[in-house]
Amino acid sequence: MIEVKAIQKSFGEHHVLKGLDLTVKKGQVTVIIGPSGSGKTTLLRCMNLLEIPTNGTLRVGDISLTFEENVQPKPKDMLALRRKSGMVFQSYNLFPHMTVLQNIMEGPVIVQKKAKEEAKTTALQLLKKVGLADKADAYPDQLSGGQQQRVGIARAMAVNPEVLLFDEPTSALDPELVGEVLKVMKELAVEGMTMVVVTHEMKFAEEVADKVVLLDQGKILEQGEPSELFNHPKHERTRAFLSRLINPI
Amino acid sequence: MSDHTERLYHIFIESFLPLLKAGVAFTIPLTLVSFAIGLVIAFVTALVRISPVGPLRGIARFYVWIFRGTPLIVQLFIIFYGLPSIGLTLPPFTAGVIGFSLSVGAYGSEIIRAAILSISQGQWEAAYSIGMTKRQALRRIIVPQALRVSVPPLSNSFISLIKDTSLAASITVTEMFQKAQEITARYYEPMLLYCEVALIYLVFSTVLSHFQNRLEHYFDSKSAKKGSLL
Ligand SMILES: Nc1ncnc2c1ncn2[C@@H]1O[C@H](COP(=O)(O)OP(=O)(O)O)[C@@H](O)[C@H]1O
Ligand SMILES: [Mg+2]
Repeated sequence: MIEVKAIQKSFGEHHVLKGLDLTVKKGQVTVIIGPSGSGKTTLLRCMNLLEIPTNGTLRVGDISLTFEENVQPKPKDMLALRRKSGMVFQSYNLFPHMTVLQNIMEGPVIVQKKAKEEAKTTALQLLKKVGLADKADAYPDQLSGGQQQRVGIARAMAVNPEVLLFDEPTSALDPELVGEVLKVMKELAVEGMTMVVVTHEMKFAEEVADKVVLLDQGKILEQGEPSELFNHPKHERTRAFLSRLINPI
Repeated sequence: MSDHTERLYHIFIESFLPLLKAGVAFTIPLTLVSFAIGLVIAFVTALVRISPVGPLRGIARFYVWIFRGTPLIVQLFIIFYGLPSIGLTLPPFTAGVIGFSLSVGAYGSEIIRAAILSISQGQWEAAYSIGMTKRQALRRIIVPQALRVSVPPLSNSFISLIKDTSLAASITVTEMFQKAQEITARYYEPMLLYCEVALIYLVFSTVLSHFQNRLEHYFDSKSAKKGSLL
């Protein structure tokens, strides 16, 4: 579904991704973990071109793009590749001037030019799925963080992406609201949605992930099935990172 | 009543209608027309200034620089008294509309540009993430939010404009202040007449501020986003 090949990303002199290879299979859940600043967000944002990789090749679905330093890819190609995926943001980024329903219908109606009625029916189904059928006419700032994030998921789903990208979707939430978002994500995983999730929710990773990838200093340090990686880490740095997660100081 | 008070009273009453008429016939149309055109100029200029087209951006910046950096009355003089010498003679009202529109356009473009830049990067990214083009993101997501942020400062410009139209007196537009000067020349009661015209300006701007509040409330209730407008 996604193939990342030798992807590099620099911000000026700052080399953030140092040549990454990663394959995400259809229907699988990939969890990316790693210390703060290791490049998780940057990698995820490269996958839907919110950041343009400096070098490397990226394939999402049947669209592939190769990047070279100082060569600006064509907007048309970027758009086509980006439209393969949906993104769920740490800070939700809902559109504050629109109701929940309008937020979800925006992509289908404006981008995909679907009929309003059809888009509305789909949007209401999605809202029901994330457990917010009664909030269709609310504005984002009338919702709790957990509710907003669930709308964020519904909005990303509405354009039928082939893969959903999540950047720490629960880390801005109060602890008691984390569960409701993870539950929705679990259900999506069970339904066979292809997902790439940056998160530090280890329980979620253990239960849901098909693969866990540990990023460290812009490189993949280790990857594998969650039980394997968590219980038998190969690298000392992996062990150190995991133990810090379990016993934060 | 003493004779003098009685005279003042009569002048006040007699002048009131002519002043109000000049206000309704010139001050208000001048304000409304200039503001409407000015807003269009402001909006286009703001979009040009955030566009990636370098030369256009330069022109827009130059325009804003000129019109913010020179006194409005000097601009009006150049348009009305200056342009005829290069063969362009404009009626006073038209000259006024051009001057005021360009001035509103320059200040307004800065307000709108700042408002667009104040919308968080996350909104752009969310728009892109559902597949929008830059145009779609601007039109559907960024501009509607930016306009909301712009309402209070733009209404301030509007109220300033009502008062600034008095400068049109200096280019022979018979708006309210010009009328007050004419009447004063007849009766020699500057204190009374200028206070009277001040009072009418005050009424105009107060009524319009009231509409401004209503407008802000309307936007407020629509987004249920209390306090985030300012
Ligand atoms: N837009 C940017 N400009 C410059 N540096 C950036 C930018 N985005 C991220 N970085 C840098 O890249 C590094 C990795 O960041 P990020 O991908 O956010 O890490 P993580 O999500 O793993 O915490 C950090 O050192 C960060 O400062
Ligand atoms: Mg991050």
